[in-house]
Amino acid sequence: MADLKMPRNPMPSQDPKVRAHNFEEVALGYTEETALMEATRCLSCKNMPCVSGCPVNINIPAFIEKVREGEFEEAYHIIHESSSLPAVCGRVCPQENQCEKRCVRGIKGEAVAIGRLERFVADWHNAHSNEHPSIPEFNGHKVAVVGSGPSGLTCAGDLAKRGYKVTVFEALHLAGGVLVYGIPEFRLPKAIVQKEIDTLRALGVDIETNVVIGKTITVDELFDMGYEAVFIGSGAGLPRFMGIPGESLKGVYSANEFLTRSNLMKAYREDSDTPIMKAKSVAVVGGGNVAMDAARTALRLGAENVYIVYRRSLDELPARREEVEHAMEEGVQFKLLNNPTRIIGYNNPDDKRDPKNGCVIGMECLKMELGEPDERGRRRPVAIPGSEFLLDVDCVIMSIGTSPNPLIKSTTEGLSVNSKGGIIVEEETGKTTREGVYAGGDAVTGAATVILAMGAGKTAAKAIDEYIKNNK
Amino acid sequence: MYKIIRKKVLNPTVVMMDIDAPLVARKAEAGQFIILRVDDAGERIPLTVAGYSREEGTVKIIFQVVGATTKKLSAKEEGEFICDFVGPLGRPTATEGLKKVCIVGGGVGCAIALPVAQKLHALGCEVHSIIGFRSKDLLILEDEFKSCSAKLTIMTDDGSYGEKGVVTAPLKEAIEAGEAYDEVIAIGPLVMMKFVVATTKPFGVKTTVSMNPIMIDGTGMCGGCRLTVGGETKFACVDGPDFDGFLVDFDEAMQRGSMYGEFERHAYEDTCNLFKEARENG
Repeated sequence: MADLKMPRNPMPSQDPKVRAHNFEEVALGYTEETALMEATRCLSCKNMPCVSGCPVNINIPAFIEKVREGEFEEAYHIIHESSSLPAVCGRVCPQENQCEKRCVRGIKGEAVAIGRLERFVADWHNAHSNEHPSIPEFNGHKVAVVGSGPSGLTCAGDLAKRGYKVTVFEALHLAGGVLVYGIPEFRLPKAIVQKEIDTLRALGVDIETNVVIGKTITVDELFDMGYEAVFIGSGAGLPRFMGIPGESLKGVYSANEFLTRSNLMKAYREDSDTPIMKAKSVAVVGGGNVAMDAARTALRLGAENVYIVYRRSLDELPARREEVEHAMEEGVQFKLLNNPTRIIGYNNPDDKRDPKNGCVIGMECLKMELGEPDERGRRRPVAIPGSEFLLDVDCVIMSIGTSPNPLIKSTTEGLSVNSKGGIIVEEETGKTTREGVYAGGDAVTGAATVILAMGAGKTAAKAIDEYIKNNK
Repeated sequence: MYKIIRKKVLNPTVVMMDIDAPLVARKAEAGQFIILRVDDAGERIPLTVAGYSREEGTVKIIFQVVGATTKKLSAKEEGEFICDFVGPLGRPTATEGLKKVCIVGGGVGCAIALPVAQKLHALGCEVHSIIGFRSKDLLILEDEFKSCSAKLTIMTDDGSYGEKGVVTAPLKEAIEAGEAYDEVIAIGPLVMMKFVVATTKPFGVKTTVSMNPIMIDGTGMCGGCRLTVGGETKFACVDGPDFDGFLVDFDEAMQRGSMYGEFERHAYEDTCNLFKEARENG
C-alpha cells in the first residue's frame, strides 16, 4: 500500500554558495534509504498515466516497484529496455512536464519523484554492476547513424539490440553530441555520458569520431559502403544572433561556442590549451535551459555579475523551473522584461592599435511590458519607448536558439527540408523524403530536449527495422 | 590517431607535414580546410589544406608557429602521431570557367595559395602569381610556384630577394598595364587581403579572399568563425572559407582575430624554451 502521507523527498544538493565556484555535480542523488522511501509513494496505478507522458515509454510503475522491493538491478533492466541512456535522462529530462506531470499523486499533492528514482537506479547500476550486455546475434544488416547525440545513440542502441551492426559517425573528436559539448559537467558529469557510451559499445556499436557526414563521407557513399539505412541525428546547427549592432565585438559569444569551449574543450581547467574569456560581468541573452547553463558556467568561471536578459517575464521563461531556481540560488541575476538593442565596444580614438579596441564594454537594453497574447498564447513583449538603459558588462552570450545544421542537406540529393532548415520527416516513423534515410532530434525539430531527441531515435529505429525486414 | 608521414622545416617558423588521413585525402580540394588537435588537452585549430595525395592517402599542411598549439605541433617528428584530424571542411575554391587568374599569396598564406594555383594551372588557366615575404629567409615554395605560374613575381619587404615592396604594387601595375584577369585570388594575412581588395576594387576585378578565423567545430555549430560579408553574418566554416573580397568587413575580422591575443602570448611563452630560458636567466 502506498504511503499517502509522506511528502516528496527532496534532492540533496551542493550548497549554492559552494557550488557556484566549482564544476562538480550540483544534485547529489538519492541514497538507498531515500529511494526506498520515495518508491513507497507510488500508487502503482493500473492505467499508468505516467508511462504515456514518457517519450520513450519506460514502464515506470514496474521499475518503481522493483526499487520498493530493493531489487535495484532489476529496476535498471526495466528502464534499460526502453531507454539507452537512463543515467542521462534521470538528470536532464524535464520530468515535471512529462511523466511526473501525469502522476496521480500530483493532482492533490506532489508527484512521485520519478526522475530522481530513475537517476538513482542508473547510478546504482553503474556503481555496482559488472555485467556487460552480450552482443546480440548479427542479423546480417548494417545501419549507419550520423551524429552521436541523444537521438543517434538511442537509435544505435535500439538497432543493436535487434541484431543490426551499427556504425555511428561523429564529426567531433568525442562521442556524445550535446551531452558532451552542450550540457555542463555540473549538471551532467561527462564520466556518466562515457559510461552510457561504453555500454553501447559493449552492445557491438562502432563509433567513428572525426568523420563529418556530408563532407568526409556523403550519405550516398554510406549506401555504397553497404549500409542499408541511414539515420541522421546531426543535431542543432548554426547559432542565431539578434541582428543588433555590436554582435561581432570581442567578448560576444554564441552559447554554443561558450559552452563548447568550457564543456568539450575543458577551457575551465588549467591544463587545457583552449582559451575562454574570464569576464567580470556577463549578460546571457535568452531564457532557455541553454541560457541557464551558460549563465551558471560564467559564474563558475569567476564572473562577479551574471545576468539573464530575457524579454518576457518569469512566467514565460522556457527553461526548466529547477534550472531557474538553481541559477537564482547561485546568484545569477534575472533582468526580465528587458531586450538588448545594441552592444557597445571600446574604442580608443588616439590609438588604433590599442588591444582593448573592439572589446565589449556594455549592452544597451530597452524595458518591455507584456501586451496581447500571440498565436501561441504567450503574451507578446512590447517595448516601452524611451526606457533605454546601459548594462555594465564585458561579455555577452547569445542564447536565442539555433537553426538545423546545413551540411548534410547541401550534399544529399532528395532530402527535403522545411523553411527553417529542419529535415522533413513523417512523424510516426522519422522517414525522410529520401528512401532509406531517417532523421530525428534537433536536425528535424530545431532546438528541443534530450528526451524528445531520444524518442525520435527510438521511433526511427523501429521504422528502420521494419523497412529493412520488408526489403529482404 | 593520425601519423606524421613526412616533416620538413621550410623556414625558421614554417613547417610542412604530410599527415596520414586517407578519408580526408580522398575528398580534399584546394581551398578547403581541416581541423586538428595535437593531443588530448589540445585545442582544435583549423588549417587550410596545402596539398594532398589521394594515392598515398596523405594531406599536406603547412603552418607557421604562432601560438601554443602550432608550437606543440612543430615539435612532433616523422613517425609520431597527432590525436585528431578531420575534414575536408568548407567549400573548395571555385575554379570553373577561369581563363586567367592572378594569385596573390602572403607569407605562410602562400602554402594554401599554391594548391589553388596548381589546380588552375592543371585546368589550363593562365596563372600569374605574386608572392610576398618579409625577407629572403622566410621565402617558401618558390620552385613549386614557378612550375605552375606563367608569370611569377616575388616580393620581399626588405628587398633581400625578388623585388622590394608589397604585393599590391606589382598587382596594380599588372592591372594598369592591361592584364585582363577574370579573378584575383588573395590568400595571406588579413591586412594584406584588405589592401589587395583596395587595389582591385577601383578596377572592378573580381577578388576572392580566403578567411581563416577562430573556430572550434568547423561544421557550423559554434558560430565562432562568423564574419560580416555584405552586411550579413556569415560562417567561414560552412559558407566559406572563400568570400567575395569586396564584401568582407576586414576591420571587424582583424579585431575578432585578436580576441585571444593575450592568452596565446602567455601560452606560447609557457611552452617556448627560449622564453623560459630568458626568464630563468633573469
